[in-house]
Amino acid sequence: MITFQLNGLSVSVHSPGDAPLLWVIRDELGLTGTKFGCGIGFCGACTVHVEGRATRSCVTPLGAIAGAKVTTIEGLDPEGRHPLQAAWLELQVPQCGYCQSGQIMQAATLLKDYPDPTDRDINAVMAGSVCRCMAYGRIKKAIKLAATRMRGVPHG
Amino acid sequence: MVSLSAHGLRSTFEPSRRGFLITMMGGGAMLGYARSSLAGPARSAGELFEPTIWYGIGPSGTVTINIIRAEMGQHVGTALGRIVAEELEADWNKVKIVTVDSDSKWGVMLTGGSYSVWQSFPLLSRAGAAGRIALVEEGARLLRVSPQMCTARAGAVHSGGRSIRYGDIVARGDLRRTFTREQLEHIPIKAPDQRRLIGRETPALDVPVKVNGKAVYGLDAKVEGMVYARPKIPPTRYDSKVISIDDSAARRVPGYLSSLALEDPSGTVPGWVMVFAESFVAANRAADLVKVTWRSGKAASVSERDIQNRAAELIANRNGGSLLVDDPGVEATLASAQRKIERTYTTGTVMHFALEPVNALAFEKDGVFEIHTGNQWQTLILPVLAKALGRSQDKIVLRSYLIGGGFGRRLDGDYAVPAALAAKAIGKPVKMVCTRPDDMRFDCPRSPTTQVLRMAWGDGGRVTAMDHQAAAGWPTAVMAPSFMMKGINGVPYDPFSISGADHWYTVGAQRVRALRNDLAERTFRPGYLRSVGAGWTNWALESFMDEAALAAGVDPVEFRLRMLDGAGRNAGSSPSSVGGAHRQAAVLARVAQQAGWGKSMPRDVGLGIATTFGQERDMPTWLACAARVRVDRSNGHVAVEKLTMVIDAGTIIHPDSAEAQVEGALLWGLGMALHEGSEFINGQAKDTNLDTYRVLRMADVPEIEVEFLPSTEAPVGLGEPATTGVAPAIGNAIFAACGARLRHLPMRPAAVLEALAH
Repeated sequence: MITFQLNGLSVSVHSPGDAPLLWVIRDELGLTGTKFGCGIGFCGACTVHVEGRATRSCVTPLGAIAGAKVTTIEGLDPEGRHPLQAAWLELQVPQCGYCQSGQIMQAATLLKDYPDPTDRDINAVMAGSVCRCMAYGRIKKAIKLAATRMRGVPHG
Repeated sequence: MVSLSAHGLRSTFEPSRRGFLITMMGGGAMLGYARSSLAGPARSAGELFEPTIWYGIGPSGTVTINIIRAEMGQHVGTALGRIVAEELEADWNKVKIVTVDSDSKWGVMLTGGSYSVWQSFPLLSRAGAAGRIALVEEGARLLRVSPQMCTARAGAVHSGGRSIRYGDIVARGDLRRTFTREQLEHIPIKAPDQRRLIGRETPALDVPVKVNGKAVYGLDAKVEGMVYARPKIPPTRYDSKVISIDDSAARRVPGYLSSLALEDPSGTVPGWVMVFAESFVAANRAADLVKVTWRSGKAASVSERDIQNRAAELIANRNGGSLLVDDPGVEATLASAQRKIERTYTTGTVMHFALEPVNALAFEKDGVFEIHTGNQWQTLILPVLAKALGRSQDKIVLRSYLIGGGFGRRLDGDYAVPAALAAKAIGKPVKMVCTRPDDMRFDCPRSPTTQVLRMAWGDGGRVTAMDHQAAAGWPTAVMAPSFMMKGINGVPYDPFSISGADHWYTVGAQRVRALRNDLAERTFRPGYLRSVGAGWTNWALESFMDEAALAAGVDPVEFRLRMLDGAGRNAGSSPSSVGGAHRQAAVLARVAQQAGWGKSMPRDVGLGIATTFGQERDMPTWLACAARVRVDRSNGHVAVEKLTMVIDAGTIIHPDSAEAQVEGALLWGLGMALHEGSEFINGQAKDTNLDTYRVLRMADVPEIEVEFLPSTEAPVGLGEPATTGVAPAIGNAIFAACGARLRHLPMRPAAVLEALAH
């Protein structure tokens, strides 16, 4: 049994320590908002936060996060109203939506590091997050919109 | 010119129904067309009680609209819902959309070709209007006034100062109005200036669950007692045979269950082995350890070069192929012309790489085989599943899920077959998940293509002849042969692999010849990929138009405008191509103006222009694209600085998602212009993941400007058309920037350097 914190709750799981965190979250713990895209950490669909850092869960062994705090899209905001989620809705960012959990989780750490990100900052940090519908323009706009609001109104 | 209108694919969607029914069912009014004769045997007296149901209104006033199209990012449910609600005068806040499971009552279930809005608009408009008429009549009766004294608005019938809500009419009224087919066809729909919902912004109904992790895709489907399976995919798509399976190493993986070679009566997945386990993690690990020995099929040594050589050979043989257009005198004019050019263009293999790898959950329940997966063409795969499982289609159902990127991959439902066969074989629910390399090796890629174009000029620089020949693997020939069309020489062709070559330019004697690359089709399963053939034919055509303009000594925009004269077969016709080539000329002129055509550019920066009609002649989406690029002569790198696109797609139903579709399609065009491409080596596409397959990422996105020309003409497609204009605009811009003419997609830096060196 390996124990860690998932979205604020302590969980113990039976999966082996070398099982990728992604599948533990999806199949053993039943939270399917985190997606599987490439399996080698190159697409970003599986992005979660481990101790607040954006992490590719498809290449992160369960054993490596024992005792750590893990946050998924389901736990980003208790009401699902993180400023990024609000901006995503307002600008109608998602098309197929499959990559968007990963995009939002990556963007959330981006805004911690760069509260007022430039295009270059966004391009660099979001480079690992593929959107095959190519909603990149709206993703960028929504990040900036959320950044503006978060600077104006302190958030959690 | 060839029209697809007469084709079965289209006629299925025309309102050839026997009547329209409104009747009380389960406490709600269900409105729909009576069952089409295509959908199965009709009942004589009872036919009106077996409606094809498009929407229902409950006593609470909730309007539930049934969507037969797959949701994969186009917000199609919102667009189709708007069409119904517009004519129904529904309260949009009370509209719900439901993506339905497969059932013969829906008729053809297909989400592709950018057809959804174009095909559904007349049908759903009339369905909505018929409902409104019935509700007004019954509402009037309940209000004790004449229907003429009533109006419908926002989900209620109003008369004088009084009103009754639709829900109350459903609850209290007696809705039994029927409409004959003839009556239906004569129901007027609103004039554009009467519209209240169409063309106005609204949040898409599928978006909220896509920002909080609650959206459910096929990958998320589960059922009690299911086991996981990962396939071992054979070395060739066809004719591979399993000789032996050695799972001794896999047996050490905790949770590993067994491995099994599939027997597939449908021939969809020959040589497949399924590796079963209690979890995906275990199935994935075990599959890596299971050793399968195959006898490979004949394509095991085929390379991209072989496929392209075969294409060139087919084109060189003047006798083969299917002729879409064959005006008298093409060869004679070309032979005798003083001025003429001939150019060859090629495109490489392109993978779909939809972000959700293909997957399916299959199990039998109460005598029905259920397949849970996102799919774009249920009608096509159901008979295949029936053959694979040895049961009738009415004992199989495809449950609908959101699709994590379609782009045409899931028009081919082949991935449902191994899951179904596996579930049948082991007698348990099976969840098949493909890894990314599995998905790539099982892809139905965009075929490599070779095209040869020729043009001749006569006196005064007039274009007197044009010939366009295109060879490719044909998805329709392999997947849906009943949708092939007949050329004027009687030879069948895949319309989706040649559309675009039958352009709207007036070029004198014209010939269009489509050639089926048999070696491509023996090596892989050609697929439909966003804009399909129009993605390569327009690349060749619009690159060629710039080369021809250069040869003719005429400005490329002016050269095109002269030929977009709307003469003869290029005049256009009602309902979908009204205005014909004149509308294409209009978007071209507009994009030239918007992009600053003719202005001088800095050194190594070039502006290139291309124009297309999107996909097909009978559903033209008129567009023109301008690309501004900067070429680095030292390393061949092409930076696209700006893409400008002007589109005339007729009536725009849902402007925000129309814009999103165009942006996405445009960037697919950019990706395939510069980056995306694989190649066949030893019978397999060489790239299986993002470590080598280059896709477009955020930093690659240029400045984009999209303009829709205002129009009240028939709505046409928007999901794919914008893809078609980008690559040639970029190719023409590269030439303008540095004089390098590239004739192969993708246009990579090495090719730029090579062209510069010559």
